[in-house]
Amino acid sequence: MPATRIVVPAKAKKGEIVEIKTIINHPQETGFRHDNVGRPIPRDIITRFTCTYAGEEVFRMDLFTGVAANPFVGFTTIATETGDLVFEWTDQHGAVTREQTRLTVT
Amino acid sequence: MLLPCHPRESGDPATRLPLPPMRIAWALLAAVLSTFALRALAQEPPRTIAPSDLRSGKEFVSPETRGQQDDLTINPGMLWVEQGDKLWRTPAGPEAKSCASCHGAPSALKGAAARYPLYDARLGRLLNLEARIQQCRAERQQATPLAYESQELLALTALVAHQSRGLPMSVAIDGPARPFFDAGRALYHQRQGQLDLACAQCHDQSWGKRLRVERISQGHATGFPIYRLEWQTLGSLHRRLRACFQGVRAEPYPSGAPELVALELYLGWRAQGLPIETPAVRR
Repeated sequence: MPATRIVVPAKAKKGEIVEIKTIINHPQETGFRHDNVGRPIPRDIITRFTCTYAGEEVFRMDLFTGVAANPFVGFTTIATETGDLVFEWTDQHGAVTREQTRLTVT
Repeated sequence: MLLPCHPRESGDPATRLPLPPMRIAWALLAAVLSTFALRALAQEPPRTIAPSDLRSGKEFVSPETRGQQDDLTINPGMLWVEQGDKLWRTPAGPEAKSCASCHGAPSALKGAAARYPLYDARLGRLLNLEARIQQCRAERQQATPLAYESQELLALTALVAHQSRGLPMSVAIDGPARPFFDAGRALYHQRQGQLDLACAQCHDQSWGKRLRVERISQGHATGFPIYRLEWQTLGSLHRRLRACFQGVRAEPYPSGAPELVALELYLGWRAQGLPIETPAVRR
């Protein structure tokens, strides 16, 4: 499973805007390149990234071959209730990388 | 008939001194001075960039790239540092020893990276950080060796070097390290390749100028392994040097070659005092 890094504050006040930063280790191979003996390198990309907060989807993104390796995605959401943030990266073969972190709202 | 050219050749042989006292004093002074000069020369070779003019490579990249390096939460190189942290605690070899079994936390090696490349008296050769990790793994863990440029070795190197982030480079070039330093220095000033260029011509004499779209850096190796946007991944100093050799159309040395380690020592001395930035982000 590819390595990921997620930065979310552990606590937030209700109504506060929370900044979320994620990065995943992935080659994002475009499929347009060739190796040193001329064979095409097959495409290998993440195609979808989603984030749910307390069961509700707050962010979704489709990725294509133009996205660089090790995609970094940053976005914000509003702290409403204490709950889990679940991050899912789905690659072109359907394999899912899942990470979870808890946000405590006071 | 030869004229007497020296005072001691004239005069009474009985009262003659081998050298007049003043001459002895001058000779002694000259000898002492030249010894000092030679020692000073042997210890501190001339610097081509004044210490006050030293600029890290990060000052030659765009503010965006610099920001990506400085903010560790978005620095992609940290993915390798974290992987290195996992490997640090992963047992390997017949005795199932991990790096942590001997060293404890990675922070125990704080400052180590600043001293590499380092001459190892027992092995009788100059080791860079990668070679030290490889040697440690082979001898102490007796585990399968990690190939140079492999993801595992890059990750462990990044982890160890990251512990010294912010500390100044301080390699030793005296004593047995000196011949390696001299070899590295010679290679740095050696014109090579079809373009007949030496490292010094760009990085000592032309830094700050433009080379097409890029500003020429001073070529300090303080942030390795680096995340290079062109590579889309983390890479070693030797990989970067290979790109330089190819750039001047010279035959590159293989990664880990003694010539490159010697050059690495010279580069370390050139950057003396600059803080370590691992993992650096470069274009």
